[in-house]
Amino acid sequence: MSPRIDIRLLLPVLSLALLLAAVFWLQPRAMSYLGLNLLFNLAVPVALATVAQMIVIMVGDIDLSMGAFVSFAACVTATLAVDAPPLGYLALVAAILSYAALGALIQARRLPAIVVTLGMSFAWGGLAVLLLPSPGGSAPGWLRAMMTAKPPLVPMAVLASAAIALVTHLIVMRSSFGVLLRGLGGNERSLGKAGWSPVLLRAAAYGLAGFFAVLAGMTLVGLSTAADANIALRYTLLSIAGVILGGGEFTGGRVSPVGAVIGALTLTLAGSFLSFLRLSPDWQIGAQGAILIVVLAARLLFARRAAR
Amino acid sequence: MAEAGPVPAPGADPASDAIVRLDGAGKAFAAVRALHPLDFAVRPGECVALVGHNGAGKSTLVNLVNAVFAPSEGRVVYAGEGATGEGIAARRAAGIRAVHQELSLAPNLTVLENLRIAQRDLTGRGWRGRAAGRMRDALDAIFPSHRIRTRAVVGDLPLAERQMVEIAMGFADGVEPARLVILDEPTSSLDASIASQLVAHVRAFCAKGGAVIFISHMMAEVFDIADRIAVMRDGRIVEDRPTRAFTQRSLVAAMGHVAPDSAMAARVAPSGPDILGPGHGLSARAGEIVGLAGLAGHGQAEALSQLYLALSSDWRTGAAPRAAFVAGDRARDGLFPLWSIRRNVSAAALGRLSRRGLVDNGAEAALARDWKARIGIRADELSAPILSLSGGNQQKVLFARALATGAPIVIMDDPMRGVDVGTKAQVYDIIRAEAETGRTFLWYSTEMDEIRLCDRVFVYRNGRIGAELAGDAITEKAIVSSSFEMEAEA
Repeated sequence: MSPRIDIRLLLPVLSLALLLAAVFWLQPRAMSYLGLNLLFNLAVPVALATVAQMIVIMVGDIDLSMGAFVSFAACVTATLAVDAPPLGYLALVAAILSYAALGALIQARRLPAIVVTLGMSFAWGGLAVLLLPSPGGSAPGWLRAMMTAKPPLVPMAVLASAAIALVTHLIVMRSSFGVLLRGLGGNERSLGKAGWSPVLLRAAAYGLAGFFAVLAGMTLVGLSTAADANIALRYTLLSIAGVILGGGEFTGGRVSPVGAVIGALTLTLAGSFLSFLRLSPDWQIGAQGAILIVVLAARLLFARRAAR
Repeated sequence: MAEAGPVPAPGADPASDAIVRLDGAGKAFAAVRALHPLDFAVRPGECVALVGHNGAGKSTLVNLVNAVFAPSEGRVVYAGEGATGEGIAARRAAGIRAVHQELSLAPNLTVLENLRIAQRDLTGRGWRGRAAGRMRDALDAIFPSHRIRTRAVVGDLPLAERQMVEIAMGFADGVEPARLVILDEPTSSLDASIASQLVAHVRAFCAKGGAVIFISHMMAEVFDIADRIAVMRDGRIVEDRPTRAFTQRSLVAAMGHVAPDSAMAARVAPSGPDILGPGHGLSARAGEIVGLAGLAGHGQAEALSQLYLALSSDWRTGAAPRAAFVAGDRARDGLFPLWSIRRNVSAAALGRLSRRGLVDNGAEAALARDWKARIGIRADELSAPILSLSGGNQQKVLFARALATGAPIVIMDDPMRGVDVGTKAQVYDIIRAEAETGRTFLWYSTEMDEIRLCDRVFVYRNGRIGAELAGDAITEKAIVSSSFEMEAEA
């Protein structure tokens, strides 16, 4: 592959390795099957949401409703999917389709995605509160079993993250369909001139993003066994940070699925690292931001060096 | 002005075997006529050069052939394998491909992935291998010594290699083989040896029954490559004849038109010392109207914006700026669309209108009233929103804004785009009157009539000044022949 992609992936891998080494140094007992599973457990839904955000960023937009939508999907999973399974799963499919419709609307009416998704975040939030006014619900049995499975040798969380990275890499980077989606972010006009429909392609991209976001909500319920309307509000900014941390760019369709998953893992790990440091929770969010700034500054320096 | 029909090749029926045929096809955008209804056809084995100055209608004609938009009247008919039809699907089936002037690759994709966008059959198992094969074959065939890897990301390639990739995509093998390739200024960033490889390939392609529409401003190339030349002017094909019927001189003459003499009174060109020297890329005297001419996109706008940035400060705007800028692209660089006319006029002069950091409303209103009267802005209320004005009056507001700064140098980036004739005449008078008072105007224009109002003209070509003309030497012929390259450049 071209050396540029290697540089893009180098930094996310390095920062993850560095953080992991620091965590192991602070807490050697984390270096075990159980420890790794605990460290990365909550990274699975974050990674799925990051991949969803990455697909939206890949076509040149940004999704500010990611957190609200994942929360909504979690609420549906914890209520309807348990009480009335066919209806519940149908509702999740409908949610994916409405994401695709949003994509088509954004393209056809040339609306700014940032405004549309900001507005939709209130719609999703409202629907979630209607479904689950107070925290509660339960996880469908199969989901709970899947998320707590203990495969031999490699913990579930690590296995799932690797699978997410592999599948999205195949879809986005290798398939001929993924080329069209990335082309939409790179040069929409030439796609139109070649006779492709930007409306359909953007709808497909949003539908795909919606699919991964629904998976994020479902796995979140599988891990936490309950939901609440605000369960994943942090995911909006976490997912954006994960994409950028993983070597993606806001414009031009330059993203890396493997990098995005690594970025999500890094962000989750940063939280654990700060806990191991026994940093007061009051300071943790600020410290997490500082880690983010350091990594992004390093990336900027790398890019400047490479451009010279 | 008679529309010359295509000249039939010997022994060929012009209507039957054409790959694409325009039957009285024309195009108008709202009230603007871009292309008058015309007949035009390209048959297998032909290499047709399309030449003409800016705005002659070349791009519109190409876009019709390429089915980017439908004709306003008439028909565009494609003949594919045994079938004829109209529209984008028929265009593709007929094997018509376009290589565009503005690079239209997706920079975030690799070379082979870009081919996937153009060719729909590249999908399913092993599509990468097939795409890489087709791309490599095409590159090897056209540019034998190229060093482009099909897995390189396009954004990492230098400009010339990107253009080579785009050309190769046009000729690459596919389900619908290329039968007519439109090359729009394909050699603009290629060096001479690579360009000659392309010329050789086009000849071979046509010899095997392919057809090419070739757009270029390099005269030598046109004569080298084309066996038929269609000359466009003012949205019409004014001549369409075999290449051997032209000489370089007669071709340039066909492209320009003899404009009526300007009704302007003779101006005495100022003769003071230069206030802008060679360090600024061009020179100008106080009170002089300096024109920047040449084909669009050959560095005039860049030269002006560099000059403006050099003359103004990034950090502070003083009460007496050295230069003011009149934007040509009103919507992008000029107007504050939500503001009133008054605020749009005063925007650049606020440094003079402020007292203790606050804008003096009375002085602002007086300034706007003054310029409304001097420049003749047709508006009832200066507090009305700017967008309530017509395009021409909006442009007058931008002129007023620049002139109101009192800056000694006024830089104008093709400011008369989309302005009606009456307004133009008024603005010309204002420019001349202001020049009399010692102001210097730097004027980039794509319109010949405006360039001829200037005291001195720099003709740009490929980002550099190709010729300097002054006084009586400023003729359309001189400008056209210095904007088009008469000899092959080394």
